Formats: sequence, C-alpha cells, structure tokens
Amino acid sequence: MSNKTKLFAAPYCIWGAGFIIIPLIIILIYGFSDTEGHFTFINIYSIFSHVNLKALLLSMLLSVASTFLCLLIAYPLASVLAEYGRDKSPLLALLFILPMWMNSLLRTIAWQNLLEKTGLINAILLFFHLPEMMIINTPWAIILGMVYDFLPFMILPIYNILCKIDIEYKNAARDLGANGWQTFWRITWPMSLPGVLSGITMVFVPSLTTFVISDILGGGKILLIGNVIEQLFTQDNDRNAGAGLSVVMMLFIVISTMITEKYDREGSV
Amino acid sequence: MHDKLIDLIHISKKYGESVILDDFNLYIRENEFVTLLGPSGCGKTTTLRIIGGFETPDEGKVMFQNEDITSLPPNKRELNTVFQKYALFPHMNVADNIAFGLRIKGKSNQYIKDKIRYALKLVNLDGFEDRMSDSLSGGQQQRIAIARAIVNEPKVLLLDEPLGALDLKLRQDMQYELIRLKNELGITFIYVTHDQEEALTMSDTIVVMNQGYIQQTGTPTDIYNEPQNAFVADFIGDSNIISGIMIKDKLVDILGARFDCVDTGFGENKPVDVVIRPEDIDLVEPEKGTIEGIVTDVIFKGVHYEMCVMSRNFEWIVHSTDCFPVDSRVGIHVDPFDIQIMNKPESEDEKAVEIDE
Repeated sequence: MSNKTKLFAAPYCIWGAGFIIIPLIIILIYGFSDTEGHFTFINIYSIFSHVNLKALLLSMLLSVASTFLCLLIAYPLASVLAEYGRDKSPLLALLFILPMWMNSLLRTIAWQNLLEKTGLINAILLFFHLPEMMIINTPWAIILGMVYDFLPFMILPIYNILCKIDIEYKNAARDLGANGWQTFWRITWPMSLPGVLSGITMVFVPSLTTFVISDILGGGKILLIGNVIEQLFTQDNDRNAGAGLSVVMMLFIVISTMITEKYDREGSV
Repeated sequence: MHDKLIDLIHISKKYGESVILDDFNLYIRENEFVTLLGPSGCGKTTTLRIIGGFETPDEGKVMFQNEDITSLPPNKRELNTVFQKYALFPHMNVADNIAFGLRIKGKSNQYIKDKIRYALKLVNLDGFEDRMSDSLSGGQQQRIAIARAIVNEPKVLLLDEPLGALDLKLRQDMQYELIRLKNELGITFIYVTHDQEEALTMSDTIVVMNQGYIQQTGTPTDIYNEPQNAFVADFIGDSNIISGIMIKDKLVDILGARFDCVDTGFGENKPVDVVIRPEDIDLVEPEKGTIEGIVTDVIFKGVHYEMCVMSRNFEWIVHSTDCFPVDSRVGIHVDPFDIQIMNKPESEDEKAVEIDE
C-alpha cells in the first residue's frame, strides 16, 4: 500500500474503529458481565426466560410474516415497474420509493391515527354501515406497519435486478419453447434471486429488531424483542441484560443472513 | 423440393416515426442458406425478429409452410434463434442450457442426455456439460448457443450476427463450421450480418438490404459480379462507381473515353452508372490503355497492391499483384465483360435508398 492510499484510508479506519469495533466490544463486555463487572452468561441466558422467549418468538413470527407479505406485494410490483421503466422513465418506480424519504416515525403515527377506534378508516366503514375494523393494538396492526414501512426496501433491490436482466434471456427461453410461466419460473425468478434475498434481509432484519412500530401500533401491549431491549435500557436501566439480549439478536441475524447466503449460492448453481 | 418455406408478404414495421420495413416481401426456400446483408439500421435484424416472433409487423403476413404464423408467439414456432449476444442462461451449466428446450417439451432423460452429447460433438465441445457459461470464451459460448438451438430440431435456424463479437481468425473458422453444420443438419439457415465477406463465403442466397428495402437478391456470384445498383456495388467489396453515358449497345462513354462493354438494352445516349471492380482493371503502358492516369498512392495489402490512379479527375482504385510506383504514368484497360452497367436511380424512392459514404 502506498503512503497516499494509507492517508486516504486513515479516516475510514478511525471511523471503523471508533464507531463500529469499539461499540461492539463495549456491548460484548456489558453483555457478558454482571453489574459488578464479573464475567457471566446470565444475560445471554435471560433470552430463555418466559417473557423474553415469548417476545422473541412473536418477533420472529411477525417479521417472517411481514417479510413474506412484502415479497408477495413487491415482486409483481417490481416486475411491472421494471417492464415500464425499460421503455419509459423510472419515474413511476420513484413514486413507490418515495415513502422512504419520509420519517418512519411520522408514517407509523399516521397509521396509528388511521387505524384508531375513532380513526379515519373506521369513520369511513361506519359511514357505509360496515363492521368496524379493530386491528389497532393487535399483531395485525404491527404487521401492517412493518409491511408499509419496509416495503420500499423489498421493492428496490428486486426492481434493480429485474431491470438488469437482459430481455434477450426471456426471448431465448420463449424461442426454446417456454411459455410465459415457464419463462418466469426457469429464467426470471432464478436470475432475480440475489435481489429477492437482499430484499428479504433488508426487510427481515429491521422487522426483527423494531420497537417503534410495535410500540405505536401495538399500544404498548405487545412486547417484541426490540421492546424488551428498549425497556431494559430506558426503564429498568439494566444495561447488562439489554446488551446480552442484543448479542443474542446479533447472533440470530448473522445466522439468518448466513442461511440466506447459502441458499443464494445453491440457488444460483 | 424447393418450396417456399417462409414467405414474408407485404411486411411493414415502424418504431414511432421511423419506418424500419416498408412493404417488404421475401420468401425463403427449404434447405437454403439465406443471408440478410446490409448496414446497421437497414432492417435486417427486425426482419429476423419478425420471423422469430419477437416483433409483430404493423402490416403484412408471415407464412410458414403455407400457414399464417404472424400472431403466433415464439414458443409455438418451429424455428430457433442464435442470439447476437448468445443469451446463454447464466444460472445454468452448459448441459442445462442445451437441455432447456427439450425439458420444456418433456423429453425423457435418456433422450436429453443423448441429444446433449450429440450436440456438443457437433459443435466440437465434447465434455463441456458441467461448465458454467461464464467460464467459456466467446467462441465457445457461440457454439453452445448453436447447440442449444439445434437440439430442438428446428426447421429453420435464425442467426443474428453470431460472429460479430469474435476475432478475425475465429470468425473465419466459424464460417466453415457453420457451412458444415448446415450441410450436416440439412435445415434452413437465415443469417443476418453486415459483413459482406461472411455473406459471400457462406450463403446460397444473399439479400442485400438498405433502409428497409431489398436492393438485390441473388447468389454470391450474382451479387458480386452483377450488382444491380450503386448501393450494392459499393456495399459488396471495393468498386469504382463512375457516371457514364451509354452511347449505344455494347459501347459506353466513361469520363470522355469510349469503352467496349457487353451490356445491351439501355437505349442510346442514356446516362448510366458504371461499376468496375478494382481487380478487373489492368494497368498497362500509357499509350496502350484506353485512358491515361497517374499513380497517386500505393498500399501493400498482402496478396495484392492497392493503388489509386488519378485519371480525368476521377480517382480509380486498382488492385494488382504488380506494383507501379507513385507518380508513374499508366494506361487503364478494362476488358468488356468486366464492365457492369447499371441504370441510374430514377425515382426519388430509389435515390433515397442510396448511401453516401
């Protein structure tokens, strides 16, 4: 490495050390020690307590559900957008990415207002003499919030990869006798898998760790693992237990990312 | 035996405002190697894509074995395409690429396995089954693309500039490969290229196209020796295209000198275009030629010398194995049968399809 490259790399090394490595080490130290500073596994084991385990399982369930829903909505949408963007402009795609530019807290509070017992949606339903929708403060509302918040993160990578797939591959498949569905399952879908998998990671990880959405749309009644960690830090002031659970979550995310990547490699062969 | 296999009838195609094909008519016989030849934007690729089913003509009909297939999707057509960029599926190995069409048709595993082996042998790539397409060279990808198409036993193989991305040596080898393949398979090849040498080497029939119109259809020899207009003469090989006047049958005035020729039926004192191939010009001693000129430039081309000879304000291109040094005075002689007379373009339409280079 020349001196010049070293000089350029220096700020990033300082950043990496100061804002990534050191905080990580601090979390690990807190996670593996008790309040007196003695080494312990108790914080890690606390994930197996009834409340925490329940929160973790619910988090998993809700994030798997919302990731799946996001994929279900995003893939056809991204296909249409990519098809449209091929000969027109990508402006339409921008429209669906636009919510990303707004504050997510704002968007979540907006949903709270819409879904409330006396909110806009129920007012409309009432007006048409339809049964009221009572999903606020239930897991359904949280899934809705997650899907709405994280959908752009699913659309974007799938849209990008679909745009990059040369139309000639589809033409070749058609030429060799494949109909529309066969072309999709044998060509388009497998070729778009890397985009799908990065979309899944980008939706699944924030869904698993969110506490804002569950707090606002769950009315504080539904505890996800993110809420547990948040409460440990803000209310109970138990940094050790909070850090311990964070380490467990980190492990979960690393493992799930590794599984998706493994699948990606196998899927592409 | 030589029935019309494919018949394009009154085909028109526009992209927005630009007309790609206008009232285009062409038929292709069974077991023929047809090349659509022309500069980029002449409509040759569009023609091929209309035959393949990837484009729908705005007007006109595509007939295949006397059946109208104009609105039939590509997967229902009994022909296969070798794409310009090969379009090998990157997530599949060579064997799966070749097997693609056969699996869709639900052939048995043993049949597919045999077919793959047969096809790889045919394109000289035995043992390549497990390779991924991105680990292959351009020439190998090309052969796999051909193998993938021919295992489906199409009646017609469409090839869209398949040798465009290969280097010169490989391109020449592949030309012979393609001729061999065509003879072994006994099917019709429709080949699109802008490379006149490729067209002359491989084709039974060449269709010269420009700006959506067919300029001339014929055997390579016809096209080369008897171009019907200045565009064809200019596009196929080097040529001297000179304005002349047909004085009477078998006598033409070129640059004020009278040349004997063999063409008849153009009338008397009629303006015409005269085509003389560079290799058909004999440079002789000044007084022995029909007209005199001065050599202005000599380039050694390997087999022959290319010389520019300035004569009566026209720069002649001459190919000869004998070298005449720059500034030497020479006489120009052309045998009567080497002079090709063409009508000057009469209508605006015909003029429009001429090219200016």
